Amino acid sequence: MSQHTVTVTAADAAQHGLSADEYERICRSLGRAPNVTELGVLSVMWSEHCSYKSSRLLLKNLPTQGPRVLQGPGENAGAIDIGNGLAVVFKMESHNHPSFVEPYQGAATGVGGILRDIFTMGARPIANLNSLRFGAFEHPRTRYLVNGVVAGIGGYGNCIGVPTVGGEVYFDAGYNENILVNAFTLGIARADKIFRARAAGLGNPVIYVGSKTGRDGIHGASLLASAEFSAGEEEKRPTVQVGDPFTEKLLLEACLELMEQDAIVAIQDMGAAGLTSSSVEMASRGGTGIVLDLDRVPVREQGMTPYEMLLSESQERMLIVARAGREDVVRQVFAKWDLDVSVVGTVTDDGLLRVVFQGEEVARLPIALLTDDAPAYARPSVPPPDFDERQELNFDRLPLPGDYTKTLLALLDAPNIASKAWVYRQYDHLVRGNTIVAPGSDAAVLRIKGTNKAVALSVDCNSRYCSLDPYVGAMIAVVEGARNVVCAGATPLGITDCLNFGNPEKPAIMWQFAESIQGIHDACVAIGVPVVSGNVSFYNETDGRAIPPTPTIAMVGLLDEIERHTTQWFKAEGDVIVLLGRTREELGGSEYLTLTRGVVRGAPPWIDLAVEKQVQNVCMQAIVEGLVRSAHDVSDGGLAVALAECCVSAPEQRRGAMIELQGDIRPDALLFGESQSRIIVSARRQHLGRLRELARTADVPLTVLGEVRGRRLVISPLIDIEVDELWQVWSTALPRRMDGEA
Amino acid sequence: MRWGVVTFPGSNDDHDTLYALDRVLGEEVVSLWHKDRDLKQVDCVVLPGGFSYGDYLRCGALARFSPVMESIIQFAAAGGLVLGICNGFQVLCEAGLLPGALVRNRGLRFICQFVHLRLEDTDTPFTCRCTSGEVLTIPIKHGEGCYVADPATLDQLERNHQVVLRYVDGSGRATAEANPNGSLNNIAGIVNRQRNVFGLMPHPEHASEKIQGGEDGLKLFRSALAAYTEREHRHAASVAPGH
Repeated sequence: MSQHTVTVTAADAAQHGLSADEYERICRSLGRAPNVTELGVLSVMWSEHCSYKSSRLLLKNLPTQGPRVLQGPGENAGAIDIGNGLAVVFKMESHNHPSFVEPYQGAATGVGGILRDIFTMGARPIANLNSLRFGAFEHPRTRYLVNGVVAGIGGYGNCIGVPTVGGEVYFDAGYNENILVNAFTLGIARADKIFRARAAGLGNPVIYVGSKTGRDGIHGASLLASAEFSAGEEEKRPTVQVGDPFTEKLLLEACLELMEQDAIVAIQDMGAAGLTSSSVEMASRGGTGIVLDLDRVPVREQGMTPYEMLLSESQERMLIVARAGREDVVRQVFAKWDLDVSVVGTVTDDGLLRVVFQGEEVARLPIALLTDDAPAYARPSVPPPDFDERQELNFDRLPLPGDYTKTLLALLDAPNIASKAWVYRQYDHLVRGNTIVAPGSDAAVLRIKGTNKAVALSVDCNSRYCSLDPYVGAMIAVVEGARNVVCAGATPLGITDCLNFGNPEKPAIMWQFAESIQGIHDACVAIGVPVVSGNVSFYNETDGRAIPPTPTIAMVGLLDEIERHTTQWFKAEGDVIVLLGRTREELGGSEYLTLTRGVVRGAPPWIDLAVEKQVQNVCMQAIVEGLVRSAHDVSDGGLAVALAECCVSAPEQRRGAMIELQGDIRPDALLFGESQSRIIVSARRQHLGRLRELARTADVPLTVLGEVRGRRLVISPLIDIEVDELWQVWSTALPRRMDGEA
Repeated sequence: MRWGVVTFPGSNDDHDTLYALDRVLGEEVVSLWHKDRDLKQVDCVVLPGGFSYGDYLRCGALARFSPVMESIIQFAAAGGLVLGICNGFQVLCEAGLLPGALVRNRGLRFICQFVHLRLEDTDTPFTCRCTSGEVLTIPIKHGEGCYVADPATLDQLERNHQVVLRYVDGSGRATAEANPNGSLNNIAGIVNRQRNVFGLMPHPEHASEKIQGGEDGLKLFRSALAAYTEREHRHAASVAPGH
């Protein structure tokens, strides 16, 4: 009797991460028990990572429509029309667990995976960003992980020749045992030539291109990405894939070259769950079936079983449904780039995934069972019992600092606020020649060749706010992203999200998730931006301890005129400095509170979405009218830190500022509180009148703070310090911690 | 003048170099494929930056065996202009067209940033329109850009004025702090004895438009153009009948 006729048991299913209920459901649907190959396929397709079984029902509520949306969620990436016959194609994805187990390869293959999602759609990738969250520097593994992740991102992005132009790096003890690596890519495609992953055409060949298949990454999706960690996680190293950016560069060029010819019906990268998910998902979208002949799969090891071939997550592979008769065109292009090509299957009309190995059918499963009929759970959701208690913050018990200048220096030295040049210096942020605003301002700006347009990109999430109130935190993540691209002179176009949470089977985690979705929804509706793609990463827990809820938002904005691009640093002596927006007496969830009291407490900053929108409109209008020399979002560390950043972050010349602050609120809240909906703008004096008019018309508070002057930052009467000293502390904080350099 | 930009598998600044020459300078430029021995009658060959063959084995070590390199070695020997940028510089060293080697940066990390470069010699086709001692601002982006050579070679390079660019600070001093990668004598770019083959780690193609943060890179391309035009002019004059 062949092993393929031997069926498995409920115990085998449990080992594959399927619950008893799920296994029973499978048997009932098939009318039999699956064999081991089928169990492998079912377990990955029904894994949280592939099926979104805990999140699907809630994700449906996000706003995904808009007049410019060409492709919303459900494909490899989202696409938005930017005019001139072009579209931006973008998405963000997590590679958290692999990066914790093996930081270099985990991060590198995270970049490789998201790049494939973009060029699969026919888009030339022009920018990478990332959101990285590490544990506290005091944790013994943090430096090792930072070094490995940063080198891995650089190693992949630099080699393949896509610039890494921005992102965020955040440190918090909540990530000690579960770091986050979220990678974002944006590409440019012709709006009328977006490729999708929808199989069609009975008898069309299914073609495998790219690297050979090995035994790496088996069960990456089901065991690594869809379960909690426990001690000894390094033993999971074999489930982490190994990246080869050189091969992906060839694959990228070959795919884009092939897309110029009329040969492709559908195309999808082999990412999580490899050959299985790419073939099943293409068939599902197209309402077809698919038959695969594993004897034709290029392999780099002898004796691989069907189970291993179907579940391998070897990198740099793609699956193409080609037009029958055009196989030679595909072969020619890939031969030019010295890549493997093999016809491994055919599109059928039976709605089945059938897999043949050594002439024998080794798996036969309905496509629907693997996709649409996979479980979807409305999991219980309950707020944590200490929710209200943590919101309380008694200001009377918070002593004021004795020396505000020292406090400012300590904030600039905090890893979350300090210059991230140590990180982005290791990334090629110039290749492809489009980088107009490099890392180090509120948003990166890239020109779109052949047009007078540019895109502005930003990634944000303040997970302290999210841990205190995930609804408010998620709203702020969206509007801060919008504020960042507005400060760069761009109109917000759309977002992609990467939702990182703990174990969704726990009601308190599910509550965080549901609240975050609601927050993203409300903010997107208020700002008028759609969610066009995204990713959910659950089970970011180790030994029962979950990460802070972290709904990372990547915002994409469009500049209709490239000349409008604006940066955050002061430009000229004598310019007037104004604050748009209102400062409230707030310290909840602030960097200042964590630094001085070592706690994350209080209500996160107040956010009124209508006011936020007005502040952004005023800033945008002022930039459009050419009134603005610099614009900077006020965020972590508050007004004093934002002003210091305006002074020291210029790549060329640092500048001082003379500021007078008035207000009837506590001085520490005035300087370091993180009230939302605030932007620092500098402008020529002659433009102040028009700025006031714009603000008054929109009912936005405008305060003249002072002027750009000299070599000191003076915020009288509280702070007075040389700008060079600020710069010294801010720019050396990370190198000192990472390399022990001055 | 006709330029050729080579694409090796893994080249990734080839598009940017083509763009700078074609769209910014308005020059005639063609793409050269690594498997092709035909140099398409170009007057200057550019080996662009990137990670040819993934930089596997050693940077540039595999690219030198490409069919196109055989033609380029002959072309250089006949006096043709060859410019190697970053990975292209590494390939030229591996191919023996330039002395020395490029090894891992002193800090062992990849570095991407704008640097100051002092122009040491204007007696090359690639710098003839520059001013000796002028400071250019052009970005570097490499993990293996530390220039090394044995003492005798280094001595020869200096004595023959083959060092064309040096890393300096904003005021033009070649200090240790201004040296980003540990290169001997702060060397950022050199020419061969015959002065027709030039290799440099900085990327002139990424400093060719104001919007990119500067145009100093154009000075190198424009020099080559001027040198070529002058040579053609001389050549035409010398063969013109009746003179």
